[in-house]
Amino acid sequence: MKYRTVFDIIGPVMIGPSSSHTAGAARIGRAARKIFGRKPKRVKITLYGSFAKTYRGHGTDIALAGGILDFDTFDKRIVHALDIAKEEGIDITFHPSDELTEHPNTARLLLEDEQGSVEVTGISIGGGKMEIVELNGFDLRLSGNDPVLLVLHKDQFGAVAKVASVLANHQINIAFMQVSRKEKGAQALMSIETDQPVGPDVQSEIRNLPGIDGVTVL
Amino acid sequence: MRFRTMAELVEIAETENLKISEVMILHEMDVMNRSREDIFEEMSRNLDVMEQAIQRGVTEDIRSHSGLTGGDAKRIQQYINSAPVLLSGKTVLDAVSRATAVSEVNAAMGTIVATPTAGACGILPGTIHTAAKKLNSDRETMVRALFTAGAVGYVIANNACISGAAGGCQAEVGSATAMAAAAVVEMAGGTPSMSAEAVAIALKNMLGLVCDPVAGLVEAPCVKRNAMGAAIAMVAADLALAGVKSVIPTDEVIDAMYKIGQSMPVALKETALGGLAATPTGRAHERRIFGTTDKSE
Repeated sequence: MKYRTVFDIIGPVMIGPSSSHTAGAARIGRAARKIFGRKPKRVKITLYGSFAKTYRGHGTDIALAGGILDFDTFDKRIVHALDIAKEEGIDITFHPSDELTEHPNTARLLLEDEQGSVEVTGISIGGGKMEIVELNGFDLRLSGNDPVLLVLHKDQFGAVAKVASVLANHQINIAFMQVSRKEKGAQALMSIETDQPVGPDVQSEIRNLPGIDGVTVL
Repeated sequence: MRFRTMAELVEIAETENLKISEVMILHEMDVMNRSREDIFEEMSRNLDVMEQAIQRGVTEDIRSHSGLTGGDAKRIQQYINSAPVLLSGKTVLDAVSRATAVSEVNAAMGTIVATPTAGACGILPGTIHTAAKKLNSDRETMVRALFTAGAVGYVIANNACISGAAGGCQAEVGSATAMAAAAVVEMAGGTPSMSAEAVAIALKNMLGLVCDPVAGLVEAPCVKRNAMGAAIAMVAADLALAGVKSVIPTDEVIDAMYKIGQSMPVALKETALGGLAATPTGRAHERRIFGTTDKSE
């Protein structure tokens, strides 16, 4: 089921005018900010499909910028997000693309600063709901509703089992899990949706396991 | 207490002797592991936001940034109060004016609740508040009505789609109209199967509706489609309460909507490439607002 909760239907509370183009876009921006983990210096945003055609009228640009500033869908500052981003020294550029994507409302965000970069692709599936479908070239399926643990690791036997057993020891239930890798033996990504939040102690325990390159919680 | 289709929803409600709203509340408690009070409280806050948007829309001079929309909710209210005769009646026009109010607030980047989307956010508040006034409903009944609407939206969203970009305006305003029709049937004391009939009757009258926003803005024709969605929802609810049944079962109407949406050209799915957006006047507004030249495929 794409929609799990009644509040996906009756909600979110948001700034108009479009749940797909404004609220969903704000949530994509905010997820990208969380994955990046800090305020970026530069953000290059590529817009596809309906996003590319109508982003100015729907305020998709200000919503994405608002999300990057970590604003929620109902935050009235979204209306001035582009100006606020400028004041905070974040350089955001928009690039409409004619390239065809699987979903009509797709945005690709490249967040950068001197420490590094992250590339996140999100789709806005309607009613303010979004999914992150790609992270640094890895395919993903994240609803954005449940807590998500992202673990970058070496593609080797036992890696998944070790992470799962740490979660089990802390009585954290896995709702959905996906493992993607670019090629055998190279870097891989575990994305784990959990029923309970994954606290900092559990994160650092996972980070200290052998073969783990990075841990982020969304 | 899990359901996937309208038929399953009605069957659970009628065999357990529950309202649709109660089935949705129990489902939510189960799936999201939350208490009844917690869920009810969140929905009640959504109702507050809807009330505030209606109030703004019918009293303030709302104007969108583009200048395309605003002020009609107030205009309709003045007409209701001053016209010697109302052709469609005060109740329908009240629902229409309140739906317009919320939709105008949305277009002006005000605060609203997406029900199920922002583009269709006027219909549910407009109909529920009007029905509540007419029926003397208490607040709990109104909050419950949002759960009933939510149950219908949940079925449509999971079996078809609710966004204009995915399925045209039939998916967006159509879903909202169907949700609102079911909700006001329950408010008026109708049975779960009457709510389901209201969904079918309302949605079938939205089939094929394209999403063609002028200049890509959620304004024209969106605000007026919210207005008319509220009118259709109120009349569909009355038909269902009268015992009128849909020849095609509700789930099949939803499926037909989905398939129509899939076969609709991209130009008519929120891209502002076709329909009203592509008329000479639509293009002229686009140039005035954005100072751009005509778009073409």
